[in-house]
Amino acid sequence: MQTVVELANLSVCLGKREILTDLTVELSGRTIGLLGPNGAGKSTLILTLLGFYPVTRGTGRVLGHDIRRHKKQVTALVGYMPENDSFIADMTAVAFVRMMGELSGLPAESALERAHEVLFYVGLGEARYRKLGTYSVGMKQMVKLAQAIVHGPRLLILDEPTNGLDPSARRRMLRLIRDIRDSGQMHVLLCSHLLRDVEETCEEVLILKQGRIVHYANLARERSVNQRFVEIETSDDHAGLAEALTEIGCTCTIHGSRRLKMVLPENFDLREIYRVAAKQDMLLRRLNYRRDTLEDIFLTAMEA
Amino acid sequence: MAVYKQTYKDYSGKRTTPWFRFFILARYSYARLFQSRFLVLFLSACMFYPFSCAVFIYLSHNSPLLAALRLQSAAMPPIDGQFFNVYCVVQGSLAFLLTTFVGPSLVAPDLANGAMFLYLSRPFSRIQYVAGKMTVLLLLLSLITWIPGMALYMIQTGCVGWDWARTNAWLAGSIVLGLWIWIVVLSLIALALSAWVKWKIAAGALILGVFFAGAGFGAAINNVTDTKYGAFINLMEVVRTIWSDLFRSSSSTDLSVNEAWTVLGVTCALCLWLLAKRIRAFEVVK
Repeated sequence: MQTVVELANLSVCLGKREILTDLTVELSGRTIGLLGPNGAGKSTLILTLLGFYPVTRGTGRVLGHDIRRHKKQVTALVGYMPENDSFIADMTAVAFVRMMGELSGLPAESALERAHEVLFYVGLGEARYRKLGTYSVGMKQMVKLAQAIVHGPRLLILDEPTNGLDPSARRRMLRLIRDIRDSGQMHVLLCSHLLRDVEETCEEVLILKQGRIVHYANLARERSVNQRFVEIETSDDHAGLAEALTEIGCTCTIHGSRRLKMVLPENFDLREIYRVAAKQDMLLRRLNYRRDTLEDIFLTAMEA
Repeated sequence: MAVYKQTYKDYSGKRTTPWFRFFILARYSYARLFQSRFLVLFLSACMFYPFSCAVFIYLSHNSPLLAALRLQSAAMPPIDGQFFNVYCVVQGSLAFLLTTFVGPSLVAPDLANGAMFLYLSRPFSRIQYVAGKMTVLLLLLSLITWIPGMALYMIQTGCVGWDWARTNAWLAGSIVLGLWIWIVVLSLIALALSAWVKWKIAAGALILGVFFAGAGFGAAINNVTDTKYGAFINLMEVVRTIWSDLFRSSSSTDLSVNEAWTVLGVTCALCLWLLAKRIRAFEVVK
């Protein structure tokens, strides 16, 4: 599988402040989620990949091209949907998307044809001759998506694509992202602080905090691996129980003083847990199968 | 692919060469500008003086017509450097007015609407952006300055003969060079100020201010300090000095030709520096 984004000790300073510090990761999923709290450096990373911010140390590659030396090749392969409002108010949607297509290298006739296609695709077919200044927030988001895919990029970078959208528009946006993913023709790098959006669309997740990578999770692999995730709640402090369960092959993480999460090994008999608890004279109040949600992963990463 | 098939399809067709992509911006800008009736009327009005000059040249070489109009050919002003110098001053002033109308709408709206990173996230550089926007002004101003100027030169050549053209070849060079200098300076100032203030109306006012307030301040400085240093900020006087030199006419300005060229060079460099600072996807606050 082709590596989409490859970072090796990448650091970025803006002014005298280091915004990104020693990022090292290889991402190759069809859809990659970039998560982190506000100010974690998500947008800075995206803008660095696009060549807007200079790299202070280390290297970065997008689809095999060095972001410092091959900026033109990178931008030719990338479609970018920015977070903020960015459009030309007194242009119609079709003229705007066509111009963006032409600037990406499409001949004028092809750009016009593609502009109509992508505007229909994002659901703005009927409004494509209206001026962008008259569009609602949801329509502006859709037109930003249209301009990002008009030239058929290999990597689509979406910065907070569901910002300001009502629930139905949000669902439509996520459906489009999944559709683009499933078309198999481009990779998607989705930057968001909405965990649900990322969980619904992404295969890989990279979590940033204060400019550093604090967690990387391959959600697709985790979903596909036949592991058994169990959560138990005890009546008393479970430190001894966790130790005993680890000895018989379970991987335990502690959540609070009375909750324990674990991954069970292959062919594990659940009755073993009860036996170990009985040995320690500990009462199990609840046992249920559970896998970490992205929210769990995110919160654990934030606490780390 | 038909437009009713609402599934994502990749684009695998041919791509254009990157070298001429800057002209796409100019094309779209013209399409937008020429929707304005005022611009079309103004451009038509700008042709009035060159047309009058053409009639004058024709008339001054047509003795029967002069006689019919009871005019004497000796009383007609000669078609020489002074004639084309006046032409430059008139058309240069109209070019300035056109710039104040067109210039502010080129860069300021893109910066105000945050459109810069849409341009620059594509295989399209800052230099191509500036070149594209500048082309709009350069072509438009050429249309009312040196192109009709050269047409007048050719009409004069047609009336008098190639000998005149050979002896006065320097005039053709002066028309093209003198007016190109002016339209390049105007374009750079308009783009730089439009990028600086990000607001169309303010940019227009600022362009007017640079020239008129510059002239006013210059005169005030000269009067108060009893020097000629005020002429350095009077761009109109600077350009008039260069035109007088190019057309071999006498100059009534306080500047030497070298000083005028230096002021223009510094002005252009300052505009380019301002454009380099402002035409970016993002500003880094230090």
